[in-house]
Formats: sequence, C-alpha cells, structure tokens
Amino acid sequence: MAHGPQSGLKRWLYTTNHKDIGTLYLWFSFAMFFMGGCMALIIRAELFEPGLQIVKPEFFNQMTTMHGLIMVFGAVMPAFVGLANWMIPMMIGAPDMALPRMNNWSFWILPFGFTMLASTLFMEGGAPNFGWTFYAPLSTEYAPPSVTFFIFSIHILGASSIMGAINIIATILNMRAPGMTLMKMPLFVWTWLITAYLLIAVMPVLAGVVTMMLMDIHFGTSFFSAAGGGDPVLFQHVFWFFGHPEVYIMILPAFGIISAIIPTFARKPLFGYSSMVYATAAIAFLSLIVWAHHMFTVGMPIAGELFFMYATMLISVPTGVKIFNWVSTMFRGSMTFETPMLFAIAFIILFAIGGFSGLMLAIAPADFQYHDTYFVVAHFHYVLVPGAIFSITAGVYYWLPKWTGNMYNETMGKVHFWLAFIGLNLTFFPMHFVGLAGMPRRIPDYALQFADFNQMASMGAFLFGAAQVVFLFNVVRTVMGGRKATEQVWDNPQGLEWTVPSPAPYHTFSTPPVVR
Amino acid sequence: MASESSYYVPEQSRLPIFATIGLFLIAFGAANWINGGSSYIFFTGALTLASVLWFWFTAVIRENMAGLNSEQLKRSYVWGMGWFIFSEVMFFAAFFGALYYIRNFSVPWLAGEGERGISNMLWEGFENSWPLYVTPDAAAHGDTAKFVGPKDVIDPWHLPLWNTIILLSSSVTVHFAHVFLKRGERAKFNLWLAGTVILGALFLYLQAKEYYEAYQHLGLTLESGVYGTTFFMLTGFHGAHVTLGTIMLLIMLLRSVIAQHFKPNDHFGFEAASWYWHFVDVVWVGLFIFVYVLGA
Repeated sequence: MAHGPQSGLKRWLYTTNHKDIGTLYLWFSFAMFFMGGCMALIIRAELFEPGLQIVKPEFFNQMTTMHGLIMVFGAVMPAFVGLANWMIPMMIGAPDMALPRMNNWSFWILPFGFTMLASTLFMEGGAPNFGWTFYAPLSTEYAPPSVTFFIFSIHILGASSIMGAINIIATILNMRAPGMTLMKMPLFVWTWLITAYLLIAVMPVLAGVVTMMLMDIHFGTSFFSAAGGGDPVLFQHVFWFFGHPEVYIMILPAFGIISAIIPTFARKPLFGYSSMVYATAAIAFLSLIVWAHHMFTVGMPIAGELFFMYATMLISVPTGVKIFNWVSTMFRGSMTFETPMLFAIAFIILFAIGGFSGLMLAIAPADFQYHDTYFVVAHFHYVLVPGAIFSITAGVYYWLPKWTGNMYNETMGKVHFWLAFIGLNLTFFPMHFVGLAGMPRRIPDYALQFADFNQMASMGAFLFGAAQVVFLFNVVRTVMGGRKATEQVWDNPQGLEWTVPSPAPYHTFSTPPVVR
Repeated sequence: MASESSYYVPEQSRLPIFATIGLFLIAFGAANWINGGSSYIFFTGALTLASVLWFWFTAVIRENMAGLNSEQLKRSYVWGMGWFIFSEVMFFAAFFGALYYIRNFSVPWLAGEGERGISNMLWEGFENSWPLYVTPDAAAHGDTAKFVGPKDVIDPWHLPLWNTIILLSSSVTVHFAHVFLKRGERAKFNLWLAGTVILGALFLYLQAKEYYEAYQHLGLTLESGVYGTTFFMLTGFHGAHVTLGTIMLLIMLLRSVIAQHFKPNDHFGFEAASWYWHFVDVVWVGLFIFVYVLGA
C-alpha cells in the first residue's frame, strides 16, 4: 500500500499515480506550448512587414493551421487535464483518480498523436494548410494527402480526451471523501465536472465530422459536396457544434482556477459560490446552442441568424455573474499581489475585454463587417491567451509550491507577469484596429496601411515569447530547489490540498479525510 | 461518496503504454493504407491492441475475482461504461443531425426552394425529392455526372422490418438472460444469452444481404449521392456497433460456459455488454424510422 514512485523511465511509462500523470500532462503541454509558440513567432516574423520575406505562402498556411491545432489540442487542453489530475483527487479527498490505468492511457496517446500530427510537416505536399477549423472543401477536395494522417490523429486525440473526461466525471461523482457534498466542492472541481460533460458530448461529434471528411475524400461520399446533394455548410454546422463547446472547454476550468486564487489573496471567501456553480452550468448549456454564430456570413436563413445572435448574447449574463462575483470577492479584501494574483487579476480584466469583443461579434449584422478579419483573431486570442493561458500560469504558480515543496522565485514571477502582460497587449490589442480596418486573417501579406500595427504586434509577440522562457526557467529552478514551502504555502488558503504536507505525498490520503 | 475506511491504490501497469502503441499503429497504419501504402502497420496495430485488451480484461477479471475491487471501484466502472455509451450516442447524433440537415435544408435549397434557393442556379433542373434518385450533379450534367443517384432504395417493410423484429427481440432475450443470471440459474442464462448472440449474428447476416442487394441490383452505393452517403454511413456505423456488441456478448457467453464466470450479485462485465446491446437496439429504432421508413 505505501509504495513510493519507481525509479527511472518505468515510473513514467507505467504509472497509475494521478500526480505523476498530472506532471506528465503539464510538461507535455508546456512543450507543445513552446512548439505552437515558435510557429506563432514564424507567423509574426513573416507579418512584421508587408510583402513576402521569410516563408512561402504555402508554409505560412501550414503554420497558422498547426499553431491553432497544437495550441488548442496540445497546449491548453492537456494543461487543464494535468491540473485536474493533480488537484481534483486532492481537493475532494480521494486516493487517486477513479480509473488509474485508463488515466495513463489517456495521457500516453497524446505524445503519439502529436508525433503523427507533426510528422505531416515532413510529408509530400506538406502539413494540413486549411486552418485549424479545417473547413470543407478546402480540407477535402483541395487538401494535401497528409490530411488522412491529420484525420486519424484527431481520432486518437479525441479518444484520449473522452477517456480523460470519463475518468474525471467518475472521480468527482464517485470518489469524494465523506462529507464532501456537491455544493462543498471547490469551484475548480465543479467547473471540471461540467467541462468533462461537455467533452464527452462534443468530442464524438468531432470524430464524426472528420470521419465524414475521410469518407468524402477517399470513399466517394458526398456529405460536403453539393453535386451529390450535400452541402459544405453542413461541415461548418457539425464542426462548430463541436467547436463552440470546445472554446468553453478551454475556459471553464480557468474560471475554477481564478475562483480558487482570488479568495486566497483577497483573504475573503468567494462571493456567491452557488451562483458561480449555476452560472457555469448555464454557460455550458448555452454553449451547445450557439454554434452558428461562427457562420453568420455563410448564408443562413434569417431566423437562424436571429436565434444564434440572441442565444450568443445570453452567454454574457452568466459570464457577467462570474466577473461580478470575482470583483465582489476582492472588494474590501486585504489584498496582496503575489504572482498568481497578478495573473488572476489580469485574467479578469483582459478576459472581459475578450468577452466584450465577443459580444460585438455576436451582433449578426455587425459581424458581416468583422468576419474573417484580424478583429476575430484579436477576440479569440484575448479569451485564450490572458484567459486560458494566464489562468493556467496562475494555477501553476499557485500550486507549484504544493507540488514541489519549494517556493518559486517571486521576483522572477513578477518579471514574467509584466513581460507577458505588456507583450500580449502589444501583440493582440492592435489586431482589433487592423481588423476593423479590414485586414483579413490567415494571409501572409497585407496592404501597406496595416504595417505599423503589425510591427507592434510582431514585437509584442517576441516579448511574450521571451516572457515564457523566464517562466520555464523559474519552474525548472523551483523543481530543482529553493526556499521550502510550508503546508499552507499561502495565508490561510481554503481547501483540502493545503492540509497535506508540501510537497504533497505520493499518495495523498490513505484514509478519507474529514470534511466539515 | 466514499464509504470505505481505507483506500485501495493500484500498482503500476504496463498495459496502457502497449495499448497506446497499438492504437497509434492502428491510426497511423490506417492513414498509410488509405493513402495507398501497405496495410501491414494497421494489422500489426490491430493485433497489438487486441492482445493488450485481452490481457487488460483478464487482469480486471482476475482482480475482481480475487476480491480486490471495492464497492467504490465497481461503481467507477459503472460510471465509466455509462458515460462511454453517452459518447457513442453523441457520435450517432452527428450523423443523424447530418441527415436532418441534408433532408430539410441542403436538398430543398439546391432545388431552389426556400430562402437559400438561389443555389439552384448552379444545378439547373434539379428537383427536391427523397429518396434522391436524381442528384444535382446528374440533373445538371446528365451522363457526365460523377454522382449518379440510385435506381431504387431498400424497401423498409421487407429485410429492415425483419431486422427490427430480430433486434427488438434480442433486447428482450438479453433481458431474460439477465433475470436468470440474477436468480443464479446458469443454464437458462447461457441459453438466453446464446439466443441473443444468434439473433445478433442473424441481424448482421441480413444486413450484409441488404448491402449486397443495394450494390448489385439497386445502384445504391456510397458513391450514389447523398442518399447513399447517409444510408450507408448510418447503417454502416450501426452495423459496426452490432458487430462489436455481438462479440462482447459472445465473450460473456464463453466466459460463463467455459470458465463459470459471473455471480448472481456480481456480473458487471455482462451488464455493461447488455447495456451496450440495448443502446445499439435503440439506435436501430431511430434508423428504422428516420432512414428506412421516412426515407423510402
């Protein structure tokens, strides 16, 4: 029973321990974050000035596609699953995840799946070049041969996600310590429960849509071909039925992390816990009925445009509840501004900006102007970078002392924060302007009048990249050593994870903890 | 919630990493094969995964029989299977949704009806009908068309009706098997379960006959426009699931007959397989209504 970790490579290959698997997920996503980041820097380097300088347009398209796919499926999602693996069993007083062997399987599929995806870069005809949304017929009739490998890598990555989500749901529903009722669970656990539900609901639809592509490309079906009676727009409907919940899959766990950090550093309990839970559920429900707001310009009946417009706008109500609750938690708190708190506050402000630009995009008639411009790029990078990425970063700084037993370097953390904060605003804020002025997305060249803002964006991107190197250095240093962390780490934080030693023992609880 | 006084933590396992390698070889091999390469990688992967799953299930069964599985862990397996079936439901939902969209939106629009009817400009002479005997391609381009519609479609009131009766009865027989298992009457359990497996195999045989008929005599193929596309993709994926379900039930039968597995109060392996069977049965009812009856 009291067995510790094995030594060497076997520990990682054969592990069934939720902490080991969480660590694997987190390092893997970190590696993917740098890989996708390098692709982003290639894109920004090319866009530093008008004209074609560094890469060919074909390769540029492969970079935008792979950057999106790697960041969504390789960086953000695995990072959240890693945090879930590490934290959920500790937060609910469980010994481990519900299905530990399947947990290992879910992780190890990822490196194999991404090896397969990345190998397309070296195939004849190059990697997928049709954007991460892979719209038909660009991804079917006009796709490079490597699209087949892309399809099957999506299949196994989806299988990994579904298994991971099933495991998380089973853990939360079945493994809580006595007394840990649903409405006592930390919000990170709640948001993950709902996220896992969304994952199981939509990842099979993604598998369905890539299967339809495969059949259209190789077996003569006509799902997306008007000649046979199908419709390319059908692709967009099925894809976005997956794709829109997917963006909430990438943000709901972030809400959970922020809801853990803000109370700790404001030294007040979270304002409106139950409304947070209901708001999360409401967002998840709405996320399933708004998908066609990505397709306002594609040609939909007016009734559809109106329905999807109003449904989308409704999302701002539960999201507003959350922002209100976080601000109210901080109101008259005795706040301190350690690195996790800085990232969390920046999250609230910058995510709200992303939310507001989302509200602008939700207005169907206005969207006709914004569609497929850099305004959209600005919008979703504002919700993903200071949203998903900042929350993950905040979570890593917040829990790193618990994981490693060592305190990270606070000065370096603050340097990381300010570089990242300035870098990302410099990168993505000007994109609003060039987008509104009409610069299209996914284009390696642009008209001269967009040059100034693009140069700002490119410089900001490299600054943001540099900030992440500081992050990597800080994390590695903390893993190697540093000032010892106490059990509580912070000033009276709430939650079971702070009742165990730092670093958390290999098996956190051997008997169920008492939950009051 | 947990009621156990102390927690069980499993040992390390080699199974997942080998399962990963198998799955990777299947995916990579399938892509390689479809793109014109050899099929060896795919079959190596399939064999690898199949053997890993064999050892994996063996390990799970052995642990359970050794009494290592707590009530809590058993509940985790139940949750796992339940949510897996939900994911399967959503997979079929994507294809049913596609059928709905094609019938109610894309085909009428291509024929010039409704708000987006302007697209008929590109397919002059195309008319809205279901089954889609004349594809837009055939209507506009005649003999040079790539997608030619089927001459006829499957009549729901012959083979599909028999298949409906077969599959619905098999849900009943598997239920009786479950009842007798709970009463501890193994011989009757084996009998009813064997009956279910035979019904499953019979269903698959008739389905194969139907496909043969469609390809040989009706011109109804995957390439025959969107009717054939939706018909074969929906019934094909369902057939694949029936195949898997039949194999699962067959293995349960062999476990009971050969190894005397399952106790009246402890038989989740069988229960999981029977849930899966009921699920494919429900999907079939959907298929019979929306693909066969409303599609003929």
